[in-house]
Amino acid sequence: MNDLVQLMRPEMLLLAQVVFLLLFDLFAPDRARRHTDAVACALFLASIAVGFLPSTTGEAFGGMFTVTAMTQVVKNVLSIGLLLVFLQSRVWLSDERTSFKKAEFYILTLSTLLGMNLMISAGHFLLFYLGLELASLPLTTLVAYNKYSDESIEAGAKFVLIAAFSSGMMLFGISLFYGAAGADGLYFDVLSSRLAATPLQLLALVFFLSGVAFKISLVPFHLWTADVYQGAPTSVTAFLSVVSKGAAVFALMFLSFRLFAPLFEYWQYVVWALVVLTITIGNLFAMRQDNMKRFLAFSSISQAGYILLGMIAGTPLAMSSVVYYLLVYLVSNLGIFAVVSILENNSGKVHISDYRGLYRTNPYLSVVLMLFLFSLGGIPPFAGFFSKFFVFMAAADQGFYVLDFIALINTVISLYYYLLVVKAMFIADSENPIPTLHTDSWSRLCLTLCLVGTLFFGVFSGIYAFLSSGAWGL
Amino acid sequence: MDIPMSFYLLVSFVMFFAGVFGFITRKNMIAMLMSLELILNSVNINFVVFNRFLFPEQMEGMFFTLFIIGVAAAETAVAIAIIINVFRSVNNISADDIQKMKY
Repeated sequence: MNDLVQLMRPEMLLLAQVVFLLLFDLFAPDRARRHTDAVACALFLASIAVGFLPSTTGEAFGGMFTVTAMTQVVKNVLSIGLLLVFLQSRVWLSDERTSFKKAEFYILTLSTLLGMNLMISAGHFLLFYLGLELASLPLTTLVAYNKYSDESIEAGAKFVLIAAFSSGMMLFGISLFYGAAGADGLYFDVLSSRLAATPLQLLALVFFLSGVAFKISLVPFHLWTADVYQGAPTSVTAFLSVVSKGAAVFALMFLSFRLFAPLFEYWQYVVWALVVLTITIGNLFAMRQDNMKRFLAFSSISQAGYILLGMIAGTPLAMSSVVYYLLVYLVSNLGIFAVVSILENNSGKVHISDYRGLYRTNPYLSVVLMLFLFSLGGIPPFAGFFSKFFVFMAAADQGFYVLDFIALINTVISLYYYLLVVKAMFIADSENPIPTLHTDSWSRLCLTLCLVGTLFFGVFSGIYAFLSSGAWGL
Repeated sequence: MDIPMSFYLLVSFVMFFAGVFGFITRKNMIAMLMSLELILNSVNINFVVFNRFLFPEQMEGMFFTLFIIGVAAAETAVAIAIIINVFRSVNNISADDIQKMKY
């Protein structure tokens, strides 16, 4: 029993927070409820701090729930991402149209995080499926959170249908695995020992991977991404593009390392093609966007391609570089979203053409945004360069030189469109630029944390060494 | 009289691809939801049939089916709520009418 509490500590804390906030929202007096965001953030900060305490590793529920050093690290990374989302969403939540339901935002995001944690720790397909659904059902309601905005409704409708369709595909794959693997075959460890690339198992792998690819929005399955990212409230988009995508990537990573190891050579072919398509098409479509959220959607599609590029090697180096990449992507992308949502909340403008002349009116915001964009593009002193470098190195280590070359060309293309935003802010002139804004202290804290991350994660090598200490390969 | 397992699997595969086809071709969002149910139920048939014919001594597939039924109900509830919201905003539930955002 004591062991169980130790192993499931992050999940139990999240569940306690969800229940507490639900009751708090119901029963607390109005005077106290005005401070819901402070209460939620303080509780969550405390639970993150507990997450960094040393913990045990092992299994619970007969192998259904497994904890390794790496799953703990990954859960902490996702929690930090959610905390940054909380910090930047406060202004939007205090708006009179949303302030009466702001506790719902915290409850739904925290239960999503709970589902992601279960998905990452799963050792059995049933828990994986339940975690996935717990992670995607509250998200659909969050996407449609602005009940009276047509775009939010449209995004919600698209997202709920696609989410259900993709989990249907994935379930079909799981059911075929069940038929192909034999009794107890739904446990990852048992199934892994019975995989032998029979036609039925390969068919199951195809269905399963395409279901997961919908969630990570890899290219043939990416069509929902731009619409949903554009229509959802900006803070929810930040959550979707970083935390939710990160969780799906981590889950796929653990699955491919633990479960699909015997099918790895087949898996690599598929992933090779997916990486090339995802990076290239994401980049090409990002170039022609004017809406900043849509632009970031396509940029995050191509970033998912780089993450997958790290995964293809299947070595401990690959695992640590993927986690490192996501950590860096998390701080840079959440920083960009923080700036975008500050600008949107204060002036209602989300288009790149509106950003013209921003440097003259808001010099600090535009410099910070430029640094984050440089980090995403992979320009040397920032963390983004080192994360890209490690991912490329992991792939080159296993001889994927052609793939690395294609990805390298795409990095140059991506610099072009990241610099389009920088050009709009610094060089282009505008008749009526966005007026000088006052940034609230919570958003400023979020920006500072992200900036510290982008500047130091690259230079400070201790982080990478720490990540690679928990990694394992095939 | 014994019906071989492949007959059941034929039914479930036909259901699955009918669901995929319906999801792609239907314009009415309620019809799209019905296609999704077809997909999920074909998965249920798969699980139950594999369990019954291949591993009758354990109930793993049956339990999985129960969970799928439960989660599918929750999913449908959320989807219907969102579709009602769509109806309030555009007075229609055709997928052709939610196209403010494209490309």
